[in-house]
Amino acid sequence: MAAFFHTSFGILILTVLQALAIIVPVLLGMAYLTLAERKVLAAIQLRKGPNMVGPFGLFQPFADAIKMLMKETIIPSGANRVLFLLAPMLTFGLAVIAWAVIPVNDGWGIADINVGILYLFAISSLGVYGIIIAGWASNSKYAFFGALRSAAQMVSYEVSIGFVMVTVLICVGSLNLNDVVLAQRTVWFCVPLFPMFIIFFISGLAETNRSPFDLAEGESEIVAGFMVEYSAMTFALFFLGEYTNMILMSAMTTILFLGGWLPPFDIAPFNWIPGPLWFVAKIMFCLFVFIWVRGTFPRFRYDQLMRLGWKVFLPFSLIWLVLTAGVLVFMGWLPHVV
Amino acid sequence: MIAALAFYVFAAILIGSAAMVVSARNPVHSVLFLILAFFNAAALFLLAGAEFLAMILVIVYVGAVAVLFLFVVMMLDVDFAALRGGFQRYLPVGLMVGLVLLIELGLVLSGWKFLPEAASIRFAPGVSNVSNTAQLGRLIYTDYVFLFQSAGLVLLVAMIGAIVLTLRDKGDSRRQVIARQIARDPNHTMVMMNLASHVGTKDLGYLRPTETEPEEAGDMPEQDHHEHAAQDVARGGHH
Repeated sequence: MAAFFHTSFGILILTVLQALAIIVPVLLGMAYLTLAERKVLAAIQLRKGPNMVGPFGLFQPFADAIKMLMKETIIPSGANRVLFLLAPMLTFGLAVIAWAVIPVNDGWGIADINVGILYLFAISSLGVYGIIIAGWASNSKYAFFGALRSAAQMVSYEVSIGFVMVTVLICVGSLNLNDVVLAQRTVWFCVPLFPMFIIFFISGLAETNRSPFDLAEGESEIVAGFMVEYSAMTFALFFLGEYTNMILMSAMTTILFLGGWLPPFDIAPFNWIPGPLWFVAKIMFCLFVFIWVRGTFPRFRYDQLMRLGWKVFLPFSLIWLVLTAGVLVFMGWLPHVV
Repeated sequence: MIAALAFYVFAAILIGSAAMVVSARNPVHSVLFLILAFFNAAALFLLAGAEFLAMILVIVYVGAVAVLFLFVVMMLDVDFAALRGGFQRYLPVGLMVGLVLLIELGLVLSGWKFLPEAASIRFAPGVSNVSNTAQLGRLIYTDYVFLFQSAGLVLLVAMIGAIVLTLRDKGDSRRQVIARQIARDPNHTMVMMNLASHVGTKDLGYLRPTETEPEEAGDMPEQDHHEHAAQDVARGGHH
């Protein structure tokens, strides 16, 4: 049996099983994230939220999924059919393949690649294509507005995300996500790099098109932006992609700043709890903040969004990067170069 | 075996999509094929073991440059008929330029020889236990740091030039100055007061609306009566 798993066919089967082992929990988590979001928003607004389907409304996500499946997929006659259908698949596919490198525990990532953090950055920067293609292929003005807004927004916020990542990387000395987490054994990076943690989280909100930066959707001004022509499963794929991206962004925050699977202190009651549970707990905390922000802040105006990205976050993260590098070199704390 | 197969698949898709970039009728399709070509080039880098270059190619070209391409091309209103008309006219010039390039390439390639040392390096590249990210970093930021920095300065000059050429402030745009908004003092913009009931603010000198005096209001047409009544109530109910 063990010999079988070293043949190329065995490796293929193992990889598929590993992929399923991470995708299935992520999709289940996504399903319940939609429920959690509605429940938390309801609590913020002093309502009850969905509570009819199943105990405490726990079967609501499945009811929603069945509803989406039963509806008719409408393709507008003026739309570019191929691209119109490609866009939601692309959005959802990109949101899922990024999970290939996320280490849930020490060495548990499916692909333990040298440039894991660059891979995540590359995948998250591709997310904009689903939205642009959807907006263009729909052949509708509102969808096109949403796509243009989204393109400008994502390009602006990626720049500051890139600088935040570089700051973390010069503290780690490696591009491997496993090494990034192991470098936080003494102290999580959210303590020494606290301003960068905040910038990363806010940029993450913008990168995932979440409130208060959900201008690409902007249902009160451009109806639903890039998704306005989408229905049934094509809409559901955008929806799934958005929530999977939220979980992914929370996982990235957890790995880069909150110590991944590491307990806060390496002492008795904390290190009894296994690493993956810490990892999931931290992701859930980040997701709660995502929803909390949505329930609290009004939407940014477009020029304010661009100002925040280019005139506030970019100079600040650049200065903080130079400062961090200076401190590391001056104090001789630069990590060992492999 | 699998690596060779993957190489030929990626290379074939790369060349095919590159051909589609120039032959697609719709410019948006051209940009999308360009993105596909970038992806396959990145995959070829991965196969060659240059994972850093592959990721940087995706991040820079696909994630940023091509987004801006797509952004511009989607908003352009290209006149295809005019483009096709130009095709015939520029064909001889284009063919000539292509022919010259082809001959030059042939000359360069026919005279190309590897030094014996270079050939040995080709088959045993560099120090094996250093990742190519670290090797690139060492080359760019240690050995050739001044060249790298001057290249960056050239780009900076170009960027500033582009901004200067396009930035036109006519001075009549209404800008939001957040610092001024935050610095606004409540004492300058509003007055808190306790009013006795049925007194109002008239005696304190606050009038609303200030334009119409009570004498003029009496000369107004009949149908506005209920509005006057409402104004009177707003002024403190003096009847």
